[in-house]
Amino acid sequence: MAAERNTLIPAVIGKYQQQILQAWLDLQRGDSAANRLDPATVTEQSRRFLDELRAGCQSGRFDNIKAPEWAGIREILDEVSRVRASLGSTASETATFVFSLKEPLFNRLRSEIGKDADALAREVWAVTLLLDKLGLYTTELAQKSRDDVIARQQEEMLELSTPVVELWEGVLALPLIGTLDSARTQVVMENLLQRLVGSGAEIAIIDITGVPTVDTLVAQHLLKTISAARLMGADCIISGIRPQIAQTIVHLGVELDVVSKANLADAFALALKRIGKTVVDRAAPRAKAE
Amino acid sequence: MDQIPILQVGDCLLVSIQVDMHDRLALQLQDDLTTKIVSSRARGVMIDISALEIVDSFIGRMLNNIAAMSRVLDAITVVVGMQPAVAITLVELGLALTGVRTALNVDKGLALIRRLLDGPEADLGSRKE
Amino acid sequence: MDLEKSETLSVRSSEDVVRVRQAVRTRAVALGFSLVDQTKIITAASEIARNTIDYGGGGELRLECLRAGTRRGLQLVFSDRGPGIPDLAQALTDGFTSGNGLGLGLGGAKRLCNEFDVKSEPGRGTIVTLTRWK
Repeated sequence: MAAERNTLIPAVIGKYQQQILQAWLDLQRGDSAANRLDPATVTEQSRRFLDELRAGCQSGRFDNIKAPEWAGIREILDEVSRVRASLGSTASETATFVFSLKEPLFNRLRSEIGKDADALAREVWAVTLLLDKLGLYTTELAQKSRDDVIARQQEEMLELSTPVVELWEGVLALPLIGTLDSARTQVVMENLLQRLVGSGAEIAIIDITGVPTVDTLVAQHLLKTISAARLMGADCIISGIRPQIAQTIVHLGVELDVVSKANLADAFALALKRIGKTVVDRAAPRAKAE
Repeated sequence: MDQIPILQVGDCLLVSIQVDMHDRLALQLQDDLTTKIVSSRARGVMIDISALEIVDSFIGRMLNNIAAMSRVLDAITVVVGMQPAVAITLVELGLALTGVRTALNVDKGLALIRRLLDGPEADLGSRKE
Repeated sequence: MDLEKSETLSVRSSEDVVRVRQAVRTRAVALGFSLVDQTKIITAASEIARNTIDYGGGGELRLECLRAGTRRGLQLVFSDRGPGIPDLAQALTDGFTSGNGLGLGLGGAKRLCNEFDVKSEPGRGTIVTLTRWK
C-alpha cells in the first residue's frame, strides 16, 4: 500500500459535506452514548471532524496519523475524548463516534464512483484504514487518561498510608500497613529518610506488624534504607516481625544486621534508653492526714 | 585559586563543602586540613556535606582519607548533613565510609565530638577506633 | 534546551568530570527525574567519567534522550581508545575496596542504572552505555 495516494475522499467530503454530516448525525443519535451530550455539541464536533478529515486527506499521507498534517484532527479528537469521558462515555463509545462515519462515507463513495469497482474498492479501503487508526487513537487517549488518574490516586494513597510519626523528640516511627511492593517501599523509605533530616531524630522505628509478607526485594529495600539512615547519622530499629516473616527472612538468607523487637512498645523503650531517657513513676500522692 | 575555608571552633575544625569539587580542590582540602589539624592541635574535624548533591567514590575516598589522617593526628572526624538521596546512592554504589562517623547536622556533630572526646566513653590514654 | 538533540562532551580532565555531572543533571532535571533518580544517574556518570580518564586515557561522552512509547529516558555513552578492560566479568563483580577504591566500581555504577552495558576489547578501547528511565 503506497503511503501517499491521490484520493477522492477530500473531493467527496467537499461536495457532499452537508449530506454526509446529516447522515452521520442521524446514526449517532441512535447511539445512546451520544445522547448524553447536547445536540449542538455533537453537531459541532462532527462538523469539525469532517473538516479536519478533509484537510488531512488532502495532504495525501495515510500511514501516520501522528504526522503534523494530522495535528488538527488529533486536536479535535483530544477534545471529543475529553468531553465525552467527563460525561461518562467509555473508550468504545468515543471510538464509535469515529467508526460510525464509515457508513455515510461509503454510501457517498458508492454513489459517486460505484461504476468503477476498482476505484471504489481502493477508496473504501483507504477510508477504512484511516478511520480505524483514528478510532484507535481515541482509545489510546482514554487509556492514557485512565493511567494518569491511577497514578495520581496511587500517589494519594501512598501519602495517606505511610505516615511517619514522631513518638518522642528524637524518635520517629514508621508503621507500615498492607502489602509492600518494590515501588511503594522505595517511596516510603525515601520519605522516612527525608523526615530524619527534617526532624533531626536519630532513631527510626520501622514497625511491620501490619505487613503480611515480605519478599526478597522488600527485605533488601528495608536493609538499604537502614544502611542509608546509618550513613546519615541515624539508626533504625525494626519491630513487629511476625513468625512467618522471620521464617521467610531466614529462608531467603537475608542478613538482618539490625536490632529488632517483637513489638513497637519494646522498640520504643529501647529507643528511649538510647537517647538517654528513662520513664519513672510519679511519686505516690501523700496519704491524707487523719 | 579557590580554596575551601576551614573554620576553627574551639578545639574543632569545621569545613563546609559548598561546591562541586574538582580533583585539585579536593586534594588541596586534604592538605590544608592536615596542616591545620597540626597547627591548631584540633581534636575534632567536622565536615559538613549538606550542600553536596553528589558524593561519588572519589569524594568518598577523600572523606575516608581525611578520617584516616585525622586519626593518625589524634583527631576525630565526623561527617554531617548527608542528604537522603546521597545516602541512598552511596548504599547502592556499595561505598563504605570507613573510620568516618556521621551525624545528622552540625549541632549533633559537635555534640558527638564532645561526647567522644570528653564523655565517659572517652579513653584518655591511647585512641582506639 | 533541545532535548531531542544529542550532546557530546570531551572527558579528559578533572574539570571535565564536573562538566559531565552538570550536563547529566541538566538533562535529568529537564526529563523530570526524581531527586533520587537524578542523584543515581549523575553519580554513575561521575564514576564512569573518572574511569574513562584514569584507565581509558581520556575519551568522550555522548548524551542522548530516549523515547520508548510514552517513556522517556537518558542514555550516556562513554567511549575511549584506551587499553580496555582485561577481565570484564571480574570488573563487574568488583566492589569498592574500602578506602582505596582499586576496583573500577563498575558493579556499583551498574546498580545505579536501569540498563548498563560494557563493551571492551584489550588494546582497542572501551564503550560503557548507561541508561536510566523515568
